[in-house]
Amino acid sequence: MTAWKRLVTASVIGVAMLAAGQNASAQVKIGAVLSVTGPASFLGDPEKRTLELYVDEINAKGGVNGQKLQLIVYDDGGDANNARTFATRLVEDDKVVAMVGGTTTGTTLAMIPVFEDAQIPFISLGGGIQIIEPVRKWVFKTPHTDKMACEKIFADLKRRQLTTIAMISGTEAFGKSMRDQCAAVAPKTGITIAHEETYGPRDSDMTPQLTNIRNKAGVQAVVNPGFGQGPAIVTRNYHQLAIAVPLYQSHGVASKQFIELAGQAADGVRLPAAALLVPDKLDDKDPQKPVVVNYSRTYHQKTGQAVSTFGGHAYDGLMILTQAMERAKGADKAKLRDEIEKTKGFVGTGGVVNMSPTDHMGLDLSAFRMLEIKNGDWTLVPETGS
Amino acid sequence: MAEFLQFFFSGLTVGAVYALVALGFTLIYNASDIINFAQGEFVMLGGMTTVFLAATGMPVPLAALVAVIATIAVGLALHRFAIEPARGASAVALIMITIGASIFLRGAAQVVFDKRFHSLPPLLGAEPIRVAGAAILPQSLVVLAGAAVIVVLLWWLLDRTLLGKAVIATSANRLAARLVGINTRSIVGFSFAVSAAIGAVAGILVTPITLTSYDVGTLLALKGFAAAMLGGIGSAVGAVAGGLILGMLEAFSAGYVSSKYKDAVAFLVILAVLFAMPNGLFGRGHIERV
Amino acid sequence: MHALLTHRLAGLAIIAVILLVLPLSFPSGYYYRVAALVLIFALAALGLNLLMGLAGQVSLGHAAFLGVGGYAAAIGPTHLALPSWLSVFLGAALSGVVAFVVGRPILRLKGHYLAVATLGLGLLVAIVLTNEAGWTGGPDGMTVPRLTLFEWRVRGSDTWYWIAAVAFVFGAWLALNLIESPTGRALRAIHDSETAASVLGVDVARQKLAVFVVSAVYTSVAGSCLALFNGHITPDIAGFLRSIELVAMVVLGGMGSIAGSLVGAAILVVLPQLLTALHDYEHMVLGLVLMSVMIFLRQGIVPSLSALVPRFRSS
Repeated sequence: MTAWKRLVTASVIGVAMLAAGQNASAQVKIGAVLSVTGPASFLGDPEKRTLELYVDEINAKGGVNGQKLQLIVYDDGGDANNARTFATRLVEDDKVVAMVGGTTTGTTLAMIPVFEDAQIPFISLGGGIQIIEPVRKWVFKTPHTDKMACEKIFADLKRRQLTTIAMISGTEAFGKSMRDQCAAVAPKTGITIAHEETYGPRDSDMTPQLTNIRNKAGVQAVVNPGFGQGPAIVTRNYHQLAIAVPLYQSHGVASKQFIELAGQAADGVRLPAAALLVPDKLDDKDPQKPVVVNYSRTYHQKTGQAVSTFGGHAYDGLMILTQAMERAKGADKAKLRDEIEKTKGFVGTGGVVNMSPTDHMGLDLSAFRMLEIKNGDWTLVPETGS
Repeated sequence: MAEFLQFFFSGLTVGAVYALVALGFTLIYNASDIINFAQGEFVMLGGMTTVFLAATGMPVPLAALVAVIATIAVGLALHRFAIEPARGASAVALIMITIGASIFLRGAAQVVFDKRFHSLPPLLGAEPIRVAGAAILPQSLVVLAGAAVIVVLLWWLLDRTLLGKAVIATSANRLAARLVGINTRSIVGFSFAVSAAIGAVAGILVTPITLTSYDVGTLLALKGFAAAMLGGIGSAVGAVAGGLILGMLEAFSAGYVSSKYKDAVAFLVILAVLFAMPNGLFGRGHIERV
Repeated sequence: MHALLTHRLAGLAIIAVILLVLPLSFPSGYYYRVAALVLIFALAALGLNLLMGLAGQVSLGHAAFLGVGGYAAAIGPTHLALPSWLSVFLGAALSGVVAFVVGRPILRLKGHYLAVATLGLGLLVAIVLTNEAGWTGGPDGMTVPRLTLFEWRVRGSDTWYWIAAVAFVFGAWLALNLIESPTGRALRAIHDSETAASVLGVDVARQKLAVFVVSAVYTSVAGSCLALFNGHITPDIAGFLRSIELVAMVVLGGMGSIAGSLVGAAILVVLPQLLTALHDYEHMVLGLVLMSVMIFLRQGIVPSLSALVPRFRSS
């Protein structure tokens, strides 16, 4: 053991300290810890692009309350430990006034204590219901909960008089969380789950699981909670095995890419999704129509990619925050939090948001539309009698 | 019976994918005892490059050819700039270099391409072939055929050509090989180029089944590596056998045991096999010189 | 002075002094957090270093023990009503037992086969942690109740910095003793040549198993610290990428070097924080750094750099 080695260690750690020195300015700092790379990049990448895009637009129009916004984005790679470190960095080092981020439920839950301790409003982009139940003073969220997705799917099943289903879900957080919610909601809505299977998010063939489902007697429909490439492969395999009963996907597939990847197999598949996926098919009197048409056009124009509802959630989070800032006439964190909680009648890409002290999400079941894929495109399913 | 057949077809499909990836590890290992963890990235590059080139309007077969050539170039660059300069480093250092290379290539892919999923049109159409109540995609058979062709080509290369003999000589004893006039540096570079080509071809053939994205390499490399070890590293036949067995284990565990634990069952079996046969199924015994 | 500097524990004392003085330069709690993480991972890397550097056995699944220790700290108080400190202890004991039971057959394998077996072990643990949601909370993870010692709730990056510093220095001291002991000499002999060592009368299997168990315990304690520090744990603590990170820390810092574990951990924890300014190019630069260090400083940073200084070459 030598002094030389100590010098090496000290200098390496010393270099780390040189990471300090963020120049302070009169800008309002907003933080975003997103999973831009890693297993959740399908969600995190559109979120990042959306936030950057719209912060630029807002600044071009003069900012909020006359002050420009500074967006600080960190990529946690889908890892909860990294997310927490970046959250600490945002709070202690960058000194943000609010945060819009937390792509997944896991990263969100890891970061919540940091923002609660620092008393900074945190608008999460994670799907899990445990983010807002129990209600936490400083934590809000914009995406629909997976519980709502289950309720929407089950309502449609009842309308079609289908009551016995099978579920095949991804073992990643999104799939598991929604599967748990569906299992909890099913008995209350009169749906019986006759059989369950799972698959890994990166698996390439689900025919064994689907064969077991096909062989189970009495199954009238199949529900697939999951996101990313898994549902596309499940849908293809479903077609390959010529399974006759209807297939329901989740809001996790909500992007045109799913239809491209699943191909012909996607025809007849139904799923709950935000109005953002069907901007042109909305009724002109629909309050969401101008918002979603505008967002999807802008996003497609600036990034060249098809719109994704996950990017939409980030848009909603940013808009709720900036509108709360305008109402609070400043960036005082406590006032900001109060104004966010008072959000009423906000028309976003996900639906119409009405928050309250007991509801930090503000969406109800009407925010979800039931869609069916026909001829390679989304169509709205009429919800008569619902 | 129909379900058994369906599980078998599933195992064949997934197994063929693993077999192709596992084959990529074989040649580099044979030439230099290096396990190239960037092999998964070669597979990814083959698929993604083809997808992006085809999206610009290039016909798919041409895009595939260009993709293979590009991947070979990456493989040669990897050897020339990362492996060659570290000549003489310990095995662990070399593994670390290939891991660093795989991180680098993944990072580059996310910048050059994008972070979404993509597919390629299957070679023989998308209509499944129905046999006795079970269905298999024609592409699975294409992947299997590809693996078989590569095994035959590798055998021919290593067994029947002087170049192949030079490869084996290089791995047996590098100094002795150089003493008899073999340019060991070129041989190792050659093995990287061929492995890159195998990886790229694998990527192009399996993408219609597995889909591709910038980080598809990690899990494929992991399973391909496990399959190669199961079959006995260094043996091309072993790589294919290992891949197929791994695929079958996953499919049958998913079908008969529990879909949650199918990967666990597969790995338990691999561990059990390795305990019983410490050199894998077809691996050569390791003779340690004292 | 020379005698003082080359004393066996001099290096450790210097590390301790640096750790004592370092916080004076921290402008905010964020730096405490990063430093605490470096120390916790350095402890885990130290465990792996004993296995890889000292005994020459590669493990690609060591994060499994991070997972066992971390989840023990979570499950103990939540499901079994055990105090946190006891859960940490039980987690370490469990890791040791698992290492003992699994180590026997696994350590008979050599080289790449050993690597893939440890890989399989790591994956198995990760799969169990992900699937047994009733105990572990599933892929979203679970909350870890804070450590309470004598009515004092341990929280805050600064507190954990000191805890981690003490844990690392203590762990390093134990490791130093192990390296200088007969077991350590036996392990170094095994690293050089197993055949020769067994000819000399070394019980190769037993020694390898012993060091495997010790390394598992080190990593398990580090995992528990991480869980208690974060207040939340997810299954990717035991994942394949984490295991590779640990191996990278050991190899970059220098195998067999205790200071190397600290340097390796510092690089892999601090570098991503520094590279955030590069956004999309972060991973490319990280990969380049890993490759460059291995090409130019192939023994690892600490051994390569100290080999450059003649006076301190013999340690």
